[in-house]
Amino acid sequence: MNAVEMKGITKQYPLVRAVDHADFCIRKGEIHSLLGENGAGKSTLMKILYGMTRPDEGEIWINGKKAVIKNPYQAIQLGIGMVHQHFMLAPVMTVTENIVVGHEPVKGIRFDRKTAENQVREMIEQYGFHISPTQKVEELSVGEQQRVEILKALYRGADILILDEPTAVLTPQEVEDLFRIMRKLKAEGKSIVIITHKLKETMEIADRISVLRDGRMVEQGLGLEQMDTNTLAKLMVGRDVNLSIIRENKGMGSPYLEISNLNLTGSNGKKVLDQIEITVHKGEIYGIAGIEGNGQTELIEVLTGLRKPDSAEIKKDGKEICGNAESFIQKGIGHIPEDRMTRGLVLEMSIEENIILGYHKREKFAHKGFLKGKEIRRYTEEKIEEYAVKAGNSQALLNSLSGGNQQKVVIARVFSQDPDAIIVAQPTRGVDVGAMEYIHNTLLDLRDQGKAIILISADLDEVRCLSDRIGVIYDGKIQKEFFPDSVTETELGLWMTGGEKGEEVKGQ
Amino acid sequence: MKYKVKGMVLPVVSLVLAVLVSGVVMAVCGYNPFEAFGAILAGAFESKSGLAQTFTQATPLIFTGLAFTFAKKTTMINLGVEGQLLFGAMAAAVVGTIDLGLPGVIHLPLVLLCGILAGGLFAALVGLLKVKFGSNEVIATIMLNEIAALFCSYLVNGPLKAEGAVSQTERILKTAYIPRLASKYQLTFAFFVAIAACILVKLFMERTVKGYEIRCVGMNGKAAETAGIQVGKVMVTAMLISGAIAGLAGACHVAGVDHRFIENFSPGYGFDGIAVAALAGENPVGVIFAGIIFGALRSGAMVLNRTTSIPIDFINVIQALVVIFVAAPLLVKEILSAGKKDKKKREEKS
Repeated sequence: MNAVEMKGITKQYPLVRAVDHADFCIRKGEIHSLLGENGAGKSTLMKILYGMTRPDEGEIWINGKKAVIKNPYQAIQLGIGMVHQHFMLAPVMTVTENIVVGHEPVKGIRFDRKTAENQVREMIEQYGFHISPTQKVEELSVGEQQRVEILKALYRGADILILDEPTAVLTPQEVEDLFRIMRKLKAEGKSIVIITHKLKETMEIADRISVLRDGRMVEQGLGLEQMDTNTLAKLMVGRDVNLSIIRENKGMGSPYLEISNLNLTGSNGKKVLDQIEITVHKGEIYGIAGIEGNGQTELIEVLTGLRKPDSAEIKKDGKEICGNAESFIQKGIGHIPEDRMTRGLVLEMSIEENIILGYHKREKFAHKGFLKGKEIRRYTEEKIEEYAVKAGNSQALLNSLSGGNQQKVVIARVFSQDPDAIIVAQPTRGVDVGAMEYIHNTLLDLRDQGKAIILISADLDEVRCLSDRIGVIYDGKIQKEFFPDSVTETELGLWMTGGEKGEEVKGQ
Repeated sequence: MKYKVKGMVLPVVSLVLAVLVSGVVMAVCGYNPFEAFGAILAGAFESKSGLAQTFTQATPLIFTGLAFTFAKKTTMINLGVEGQLLFGAMAAAVVGTIDLGLPGVIHLPLVLLCGILAGGLFAALVGLLKVKFGSNEVIATIMLNEIAALFCSYLVNGPLKAEGAVSQTERILKTAYIPRLASKYQLTFAFFVAIAACILVKLFMERTVKGYEIRCVGMNGKAAETAGIQVGKVMVTAMLISGAIAGLAGACHVAGVDHRFIENFSPGYGFDGIAVAALAGENPVGVIFAGIIFGALRSGAMVLNRTTSIPIDFINVIQALVVIFVAAPLLVKEILSAGKKDKKKREEKS
């Protein structure tokens, strides 16, 4: 019997049909990977299952019984649990409190903390989670927080678990741990849906896959025998995709962007960046690998003039660069921000207005304080074409675009202004495979044109694939530099978590 | 989460709802709502003099609505429009009484300019306080309103008091008068200045680099900062211009209507401006229409007062209800979708 059967699900949004007569089945005790590009409808379909949105058409059957799921509460009652990509935890409360919230055991009218803690401890031991029920959530690592989310779902009696992009924030080691947990849950007869577009992981963990494309279910419940990542990518995008582009570097130039003696103290008096020294050559991509929160954000902000460091020497072509963000941009340092929603784009503005942002004072776009409307429109239309941005027209608002197309607007903006050096952060986060391939190719093109590029990404595959050299950042310090082909993923992962020092601690 | 109802729908529906609900309130209080709205409409639009009165009443509201809208474009809530208006009016009254032997073509613009400067600088101070010291502009502007009101009160009761029992300044010179459209009505060219200001602001926001930067800061400050826009500077500038418009409102009132600063001349134009801005959906051109609607209510209310026994306070009820409905787009959306469902059901039945 199928744990979940969704039949003919349709969801129409004002502009798009997010899900179009999709069928979807989950067997009992399987790990099912739901694949699709951004905007293909994966999240919408799962939100429907979890009661967060109502479908316009279609039926849902849970364990052979027809169900109407109006809200997450009803979904929980039916044994469905969801772990969201952005965790929904209260950081100042303990693990136990976070897990039992809404279903607290009580003694009279009082919260029975002891029983709750015992229940949680039992569960933690059962699944081998290595966290303490009395610890505060803010003290946990991202991977541990995710386990709290999983426990929360299980505590509420979930038999069907939906994991939305669970590996996006994890280190390779944490991913391994997660997969171990998932296999254990599967062995207990739980059904798991994993929403992802990481194909390698799908190959490793999933029993079956379903693929959504433009809201339609193009493959349903396919086994993974005789599959590889390239066929999966083809299914998702609908055409051949080359994911593992490796393009030989035809030769680096002289040192171009030189950063030295960079120190930054945080607001709490702790050192956030510690004696950073990086030299990027012309025609080189220097990748920075690291777990989020080890100083990358601050490093980006210093390198783009957004934050004043305690000390720093930043030289481009031998000339010192200092000042605010405006002067960094003017001096030819391009910036692809790590979060396009907060720093990269003004979502309520049009493509035209976003594509000139930061360069809007240039003579090309403005004259004597007035914007050159016609020129900007012509330019935008040209760039929409050049960067294959899927949009109605140049006046379309950014929030009507998919993640990949939004990112293309950011990329088009910066790359078109011919910067000499570019700080590129998380260029493909939340971007579909098609756009990812495009963005990677463009980055390599720029490298071949002789630009100096610093690439900061949480996606280890991306860093390894594109970089000519990799620096591992941990605790605000570049711990070690590698050439990508002389280092294994495990080795990198080890350095990302504190390197040999981490090993020593574990050994004691 | 942000709910958006398309374009004109929200203001129009809000207005209709406000009228309906206030009608119910009137009926409950024992007055005939049809009589009341009949009187208001007739008073505001039927006669030439009524129409002139409507536009006269609309003038300060358009200015103050525009002033609030302008600051709001950078997310600054300028609750100090009232105080800036008072300072603008006082500056105009002072400069207007000084006999420099200037002809009207110079004296009047000078008077208006001083009003603009007084209001603008007073508001820019708030912007500076926020940017330099992180003070909350809402609290700062409300406090400064008190300071402005009390300071002006001191002036008209003390050093600048004209002879007589009334707390007011001397009459300004004829050269500082804004000419009337027709001698028998109070309506002056200030009405057209207000409309022109709205259109200018719209063009400024859409066509100029500064306006673009203001909108960027308002819609996503972080992205603006990342793009090298100096957010603090933009905010101070926006406050300066917002206050300047409020100051111009005060100056126009002095130079066009009262011809002197009379204590408590403003029935709260600054705060009514918030209602106007809300009804206009913070669209500068919409401010013109919203201002005229509220102006009509006020001008109609004068007739209401004369011809019926219905209290004039109902105007405030309507105005407050408009703000409530505009501020609750979700409510309007619900009401609209309920209407649609009903229609569907009826269609299905038939």
